[in-house]
Amino acid sequence: MTKSRSPDRSASEPAVGTETHAVVEIRVQNDILLARQASRKAAAALGFGTVDQTRLATIVSELTRNALTYAGGGACRVLTRLTAQERCIVIEVEDQGPGIADVTGALARGYSTGGGVGLGLAAVHKLMDDMTIETRPGRTLVRTGMTRRR
Amino acid sequence: MRVPILRLGRVLLTSLPADLTDQQVMDLQIDALALIQAGKADGLVIDITAADVVDSYMARILSETAKMVTIMGGVAVLAGMQPAVALTLVEMGRGMIDMETAFDLEGGVAKVARLVASRGGRHDEVPIA
Ligand SMILES: Nc1ncnc2c1ncn2[C@@H]1O[C@H](COP(=O)(O)OP(=O)(O)OP(=O)(O)O)[C@@H](O)[C@H]1O
Ligand SMILES: [Mg+2]
Repeated sequence: MTKSRSPDRSASEPAVGTETHAVVEIRVQNDILLARQASRKAAAALGFGTVDQTRLATIVSELTRNALTYAGGGACRVLTRLTAQERCIVIEVEDQGPGIADVTGALARGYSTGGGVGLGLAAVHKLMDDMTIETRPGRTLVRTGMTRRR
Repeated sequence: MRVPILRLGRVLLTSLPADLTDQQVMDLQIDALALIQAGKADGLVIDITAADVVDSYMARILSETAKMVTIMGGVAVLAGMQPAVALTLVEMGRGMIDMETAFDLEGGVAKVARLVASRGGRHDEVPIA
C-alpha cells in the first residue's frame, strides 16, 4: 500500500544522504514515549513546525504501540534527509512478529484484531505523505515519510 | 507513577503530564471512577494543556472514561487541548474524541458545575425555596 504525493521521491526508497537520527528499541510501554520524543526532536531539528512535530509523534505512537501489541516489540528508526529543496523525515518501525494477515483490511478504519478500534494505521496513512507496509510472518516493516519544502 | 487527582468541592481535577504511558492513562481511568463511585465527587475535569500527543489509544480511553462517568450519573470534561493536538485529532478522522470539552481548566470546572446542576446532582435534591 503506497500513498505518495510525489512518487519520484517516495519514502519507500531511502535516498542517498539519508541520516539515521535515532533508533529506539521497543520493548516496554515507556519505549513508545522515547520513540515519540526522538521523532519530535528530529522534526524540530529539521525546522518542522509544531503541527508536523505533533503529527509525527502521534504516528510514531501508533506504529510502536502496534509493534508492542502485535509483535511483542520491535524497533523504531527515525531517519532524516536534507536536500537543497526539501526536508524529509522517514519513520521505520520494524518487528519480528506474526505479520499483518490482511494489509488492506488493516489500513481501513475500524479493522482490528487486537481489541482496538482499528484507527491506528488509518491515522498514519492520513497524517503522513507516504506509507509502505512490507509484511510476512516473522517480519513487518512500516515505513512512512513526511516531506516539506525548504 | 500514577497521575495525581485533586478534589475541589465535588469536582475532581487532574492535569496530565506532557507524556504518559498507556498504563498511566488506564490507571487514571480506574482512580477517577473509584473516587466518583465512592461518592467523593460528581464530576471530573481532565486538563490536557501539557499533553503534546493524544493518539488513538489515549483518545479512546479518555472518551470511554467520560462515557463511564456519564453512565454513573456524573460529568467529565476534557480541558485545554493544544491547537496542534486538536488539528491532528481532526485529521485522524471523525469521532476520535467523544466527550465534553472546555478551553481551559477554569472553563472545565464551570462546565462540570453547570452540567451537574442541570441534572440535579448526585441525590437530585429538591431545591429548598
Ligand atoms: N506490527 C503488526 N503486526 C501484526 N499485525 C498488525 C501490526 N500492526 C497492525 N496489525 C494488525 O492491523 C490491525 C489494525 O491496526 P491499527 O493500528 O489500525 O488498529 P488497532 O491497533 O487494532 O487499534 P487502534 O490502533 O485504533 O488502537 C490490528 O488490529 C492488527 O490486526
Ligand atoms: Mg494500533
